[in-house]
Amino acid sequence: MKHFLEVRNLSKNFLLHILNDKHIPALEDISFSMDQGEIIGLTGKSGSGKSSLMKCVYRTYLASGESMVYDSSTFGPIDLIEATEHQILRIRKEEMTYCSQFLNVIPRVPAVEIVAESLLVKGVAENEAFRRSREFLERLGLPAELWDAYPSTFSGGEQQRINVARSIISQPRFLLIDEPTASLDQKTKDVVIEAILEMKRSGTSVILITHDEYTLTKLADRELKLVGGRICEAEAATA
Amino acid sequence: MVQDNTDNWLLRVRGLTKIYGDPISNSIAYTGPKFGSNICPETDAIVACAEIDFDLYPGEVLGVVGESGSGKSTLVQLLYFDGEATGGEVYFRSFEDGDTNILRVTNQKKRYLRNHLMGMVYQNPRDGLNFKFSAGGNIAEKLLMANEFNVGRIRNRASSLLTQTEVPVERMDNAPATFSGGMQQRVQISKAIANNPPLIFLDEVTTGLDVSVQAKVLDLIRGLQQDLGISMIVVSHDLSVIRMLTDRTMVLKNGRIVESGLTDQILQDPQHAYTQLLVSSLL
Ligand SMILES: Nc1ncnc2c1ncn2[C@@H]1O[C@H](COP(=O)(O)OP(=O)(O)OP(=O)(O)O)[C@@H](O)[C@H]1O
Ligand SMILES: Nc1ncnc2c1ncn2[C@@H]1O[C@H](COP(=O)(O)OP(=O)(O)OP(=O)(O)O)[C@@H](O)[C@H]1O
Ligand SMILES: [Mg+2]
Ligand SMILES: [Mg+2]
Repeated sequence: MKHFLEVRNLSKNFLLHILNDKHIPALEDISFSMDQGEIIGLTGKSGSGKSSLMKCVYRTYLASGESMVYDSSTFGPIDLIEATEHQILRIRKEEMTYCSQFLNVIPRVPAVEIVAESLLVKGVAENEAFRRSREFLERLGLPAELWDAYPSTFSGGEQQRINVARSIISQPRFLLIDEPTASLDQKTKDVVIEAILEMKRSGTSVILITHDEYTLTKLADRELKLVGGRICEAEAATA
Repeated sequence: MVQDNTDNWLLRVRGLTKIYGDPISNSIAYTGPKFGSNICPETDAIVACAEIDFDLYPGEVLGVVGESGSGKSTLVQLLYFDGEATGGEVYFRSFEDGDTNILRVTNQKKRYLRNHLMGMVYQNPRDGLNFKFSAGGNIAEKLLMANEFNVGRIRNRASSLLTQTEVPVERMDNAPATFSGGMQQRVQISKAIANNPPLIFLDEVTTGLDVSVQAKVLDLIRGLQQDLGISMIVVSHDLSVIRMLTDRTMVLKNGRIVESGLTDQILQDPQHAYTQLLVSSLL
């Protein structure tokens, strides 16, 4: 059967020329597959390679290895290791969203606009995009006074909510999300979890990184545990 | 596996080269990152840029970074016909459907390309603006070159462009010398987009401006890109400008591309030693 994503023998080595050609083997021989609508929970200790694996899928990191075939709605099955930059840009625009651990935005863009932008690029009309963004921020419990303020001065949890909101509001086909609930209180955590489950029901596939047992249990269909850049044996067997 | 639709480019550049001095020497073979210099040891010819290959796509913002003297300005100036390339080919979809090497067309056609289909914001406002004319006059000049001769329409267009770039319209009849650096760059931007070109070049637009003014100019450029979908080549030695504005980036050193890729990849997983050095100073 054709998988949504099939990763075969993927590795990532950082070669740091400015540190006397130091090698950092971040990922070794990673193989797994996932199906449409599935949520994979990526776990492991700090430094085990979770974010690296996610960034290899998004192509922020250049991976090596056999293949990483993604069943794109635009291109059909496509190897993300070999895809051209323009193919990747198109997939990022139309299908795949990456939500980093921390908010990293253009300064001086108000919160609501950051969120609305991910709808605007998908062609949603301006009024509609802003209305839905406000609605979503309200649902996440972000005080209305902050909607038109600049997130650079927000608290960690407030920034986190903006970050999560902008990545899930547009309901991407494939979501890569790094620690979405880390600095959220229980109530907001549940809202985020519910929003991700809603997406899943409409067909979104998710790779989720989390240290939080509660989030993992609620969301993940399957856990993929990394130890020292490799998939933990027991997990590999069930995958 | 599917192939990229490789025919979809807006601008296709192959082997673009500019040599000052003796061009028949082996200067290309004896310069570049391997030699750490763009000056040929035999002939003293300066290889400002050589063997530059890339495609730019519609609506795309491409960054060019590199140290001083690496050839960034040369690259965009050649594409804007400021100075003649020593070699190479450039195809532009908006001109004769991309079938003609625009480096080898008549001067009349080059003027047409410059005036109708391209815009440039120079590193130094004195290269982009005529300081003897008013701000409005500078924009009018660009409109006239694209055969707009109606005085009323010219004034309307100039004032709407200045509004769009947030230059106070009441300053329209003042000379650029009386403007701040940030305002001069805004007038240059107005002029560059005056004839709705599909492609503009921005050479160090924010360099030398104070930080808050820089921020506003960057916002303006982002807005233009989002609202008008203009393709841009953005030259900057400032990686935060590159991060904010571009989709893809080329890294230049000693007149050569040492690395190119998606901007987030260049910044977070740089492959070439020089890029690693450049990026490490940012973090
Ligand atoms: N851009 C990079 N350049 C060099 N080394 C890197 C880079 N990114 C990650 N690494 C290295 O790869 C290894 C895995 O890091 P990664 O960020 O993937 O861990 P992680 O599992 O996400 O950890 P955490 O839970 O702390 O976020 C680490 O040794 C790290 O130093
Ligand atoms: N008219 C000229 N005659 C001789 N050499 C020139 C001329 N113009 C540029 N050069 C040389 O070409 C090289 C590239 O110059 P260029 O202006 O493209 O650099 P740059 O990357 O834009 O640098 P900066 O960041 O300082 O603006 C430099 O070595 C420069 O000295
Ligand atoms: Mg991480
Ligand atoms: Mg320059």
